[in-house]
Amino acid sequence: MSEKMDGFDLSPNSNSDNEEEGVHVLAVDDSLVDRKVIERLLKISSCKVTAVDSGWRALKLLGLLDEEDKSSSSSSSSAGFDVLKVDLIITDYCMPGMTGYELLKKIKESTTFREIPVVIMSSENVVARIDRCLEEGAEDFIVKPVKLSDVKRIRDYMASREVRSVQNQEERSSSNINKRKLQECFDLSLSSSPPSISSSSSSSSSSSSSSLSYPSRSPSLTPSPPSLFSSSAPCSPSSLDSPTRRLKMTGFD
Amino acid sequence: MLGWGVDRLRADMSRLLAILFHQGVLDEQFLQLQQLQDESSPNFVSEVVNIYFHESEKLLRNLRGLLLDREFSDYKKMGIHLNQFMGSSSSIGAKRVRNVCVAFRAASEQNNRAGCLRALELLEHEYCYLKNKLHELFQMEQQRVLAAGVRYPLHQQL
Repeated sequence: MSEKMDGFDLSPNSNSDNEEEGVHVLAVDDSLVDRKVIERLLKISSCKVTAVDSGWRALKLLGLLDEEDKSSSSSSSSAGFDVLKVDLIITDYCMPGMTGYELLKKIKESTTFREIPVVIMSSENVVARIDRCLEEGAEDFIVKPVKLSDVKRIRDYMASREVRSVQNQEERSSSNINKRKLQECFDLSLSSSPPSISSSSSSSSSSSSSSLSYPSRSPSLTPSPPSLFSSSAPCSPSSLDSPTRRLKMTGFD
Repeated sequence: MLGWGVDRLRADMSRLLAILFHQGVLDEQFLQLQQLQDESSPNFVSEVVNIYFHESEKLLRNLRGLLLDREFSDYKKMGIHLNQFMGSSSSIGAKRVRNVCVAFRAASEQNNRAGCLRALELLEHEYCYLKNKLHELFQMEQQRVLAAGVRYPLHQQL
């Protein structure tokens, strides 16, 4: 059963103990019928769902509100709403007030949230609209009515994203281990250039060919903003994932 | 005693659904909704459809109110209501209702009041037919569940 609070549909997951696992989706749609349907589609696809009725509420939940709304946001935080951690946002295009396109732009403009994939839903199959959304950074565009096959496609994309991120993390930790070993063996300081160390270690590591491109990625990454993956990595090419994060769901690196 | 009716009810439901599909009243999106119904959400279809009925009747009242107003001119507002109606109808698979909304919207975009009035009448008729048929379907489903319960009382404890 779901409770309704002030425009939110909070759907407690039956396996709420594994909050770390599973994809958490924020669904935005002004139509109650569509919210119910998308919620069910996502839950039956093993996703945790929070459904809201407007872009404004979505931004509030994410903690992305503008300064003028500080008074209302402080009252909502006293009501016990923590900032939500979501893995995916799926939003309707046509909504009163803030459209799905405007919501998409606000999310992509935010340094904290631009990593989160955004999917747009629309009942109108307008090519110009689809192009505009994809250009603004939407991962995918679904023509309504949304079906199980659409949600499955999204789910598969999220799973492949997770695999890529795990692979990248494994590469980072294996390169760190190799660096330490080299340090022990040759008594080198860590100030020596990471690219040369990693290129020598990559030949001994059993990881895929993407580790060979590891040094070539680092020069292009210096101007990039901090990404969600950069927090734990000590070495410089920490936001390895940033060139690939904008992949559309039908493509692979 | 009631048990033998379960199969008959199931057959009747299938027949009614087949008719509704054949008439174009429902499309495959309704089947999609049925696929989303299971033990964890046993009344999903009727819940969503009841929300749809509630919202649709509000929209129909609004549309009628707008059009019957002698000084009516807000076709844009009517368009917004129609878009909502179209969207929710398509989400539950109410194909004929949705198609009438499309025609209604076309008349509205041409500021054709007479055309809108005709479309509204047709829309109300189609909506009524859909509602009646879906109620029939849900009643049969309820009877089937009850009859199945009587037939296999032990299974209710599962």
